Amino acid sequence: MIGISQVMEASSAEGATAETAAASTVDITLKVNGVEHQLTVEPRVTLLDALRERLDLTGTKKGCDRGECGACTVLVDDRRIKSCLTLAVMRQNAAITTIEGLADGDKLHPVQTAFIRRDAFQCGGCTSGQIMSAVACIEEGHTGSADEIREWMSGNLCRCACYANIVTAVQDAAQEIRR
Amino acid sequence: MKAFEYTSPSTVADAVRLVGERPAAGFIAGGTDLLNLMKDGARAHDRVVDINALPLGDVVQTNGVIHIGALARMADVAVHPAVQRALPVVSQALLASASPQVRNMAAIGGNLLQRTRCGYFRDAGSPCNKRVPGSGCPALEGVNRGHAVLGGSDHCIAVHPSDLAVALLAVDAVVLTQGQAGPRRIPVGEFHLLPGTTPDRENALAHGELILGIEVPVTPMAAKSGYLKLRDRTTFEFAVVAVAAALDLRGNVIRDIRLTFGGVATKPWRSLEAEAELRGKRITGVTLAAAGQALVRGAVPRAENAFKVDLVQRALAGHLRELGGVR
Repeated sequence: MIGISQVMEASSAEGATAETAAASTVDITLKVNGVEHQLTVEPRVTLLDALRERLDLTGTKKGCDRGECGACTVLVDDRRIKSCLTLAVMRQNAAITTIEGLADGDKLHPVQTAFIRRDAFQCGGCTSGQIMSAVACIEEGHTGSADEIREWMSGNLCRCACYANIVTAVQDAAQEIRR
Repeated sequence: MKAFEYTSPSTVADAVRLVGERPAAGFIAGGTDLLNLMKDGARAHDRVVDINALPLGDVVQTNGVIHIGALARMADVAVHPAVQRALPVVSQALLASASPQVRNMAAIGGNLLQRTRCGYFRDAGSPCNKRVPGSGCPALEGVNRGHAVLGGSDHCIAVHPSDLAVALLAVDAVVLTQGQAGPRRIPVGEFHLLPGTTPDRENALAHGELILGIEVPVTPMAAKSGYLKLRDRTTFEFAVVAVAAALDLRGNVIRDIRLTFGGVATKPWRSLEAEAELRGKRITGVTLAAAGQALVRGAVPRAENAFKVDLVQRALAGHLRELGGVR
């Protein structure tokens, strides 16, 4: 059991670290889903953490925080990237699109409707990332076959193993978007 | 991740100075390897110099060479028409690397600088001669299925993870750098270092020296090149064994050849011995077997990775038959 003095020591040490770090913050502007946000961050804050913790855009998920699962996939200048592997300070002046920016008002994006229609998720933890990745995958033209979709969606893992339905959802959406 | 100061210079000279003047400073480009290592505590920088504003992103073909800028992204280089046409092994190696998202982010220079790593290196709770020199190497007697059978030492047997570096080694690429002492041209074969007694030193760069780009000569042999990558799962995985080959075939006879290997060695591995067994010969079961044996002659397998000694010979034979059109 941790004694009170140890807890207090730990929290004061944390406070000191936070103060040192706070001394080197930067003012940045992030353009997310067409809206510009001014915020002050430490340089070490990832784009993922800035989106979730500072801008309350929690649709983008934090899975592994190591670039392996793809749950944090967003579009930056229309290219899909993993937002956990980049710093917020590095993404100023770029157009960032998250899952919140995909629908047109109440009208869902074709990839979103295809995921619902094809039952392409269970727990939903990976779904934002899957959908953002699929939007880019279709735009890149990598949906010629189920195998091609599997290869080009491989940066997104699904713990519930909805892969079969994800592939058909991407095929559906690709057909609709290209129609 | 420890706190750091951040700066984004607009000239190479400023970038080199900003890192060079501070012992714990480092460059960031794509960030896909660096940020993970900083989160894991395997690396710490008190100053991070973002080089993305530097004009180093182009791929240009001139006078018999293809110049790939250090900031060109893996995804873009992989589908660049000049690279696809003249350096298929490079395109194939890039497309077999990482995931689409990571390839959109990761820069060519940074790819060569990926830390040679293993699970013990990334686990701050384990000893590791690479992370803490002199602390020991648990992989020698531990979990070592993924480790090197070539180029290892008693200090480290971690595998260099880059597919691209193996491909570049097969096409005689040169790394162009700029340091405080001036510019340098480093053949890619001399760029990565064997672990020896100093596994914490992985490449020939001085502190603050920046990769500006990669230069690759355009040759008929490079145009007839290919990359074979064997993995534990179909995709988005490091190589268990990889073979890059470039062939100059006249009729059925090999006039010249480059054979380089990934997944089996502590650095991108060229086998002059295997090449010598094939130069001037036809591709047959006999010559392929001789080349495979020459490749693994100095191999040091460990408890879990002995299978690589066999697998890399089979991969070499299969890949050369395919590339040479010999059944």
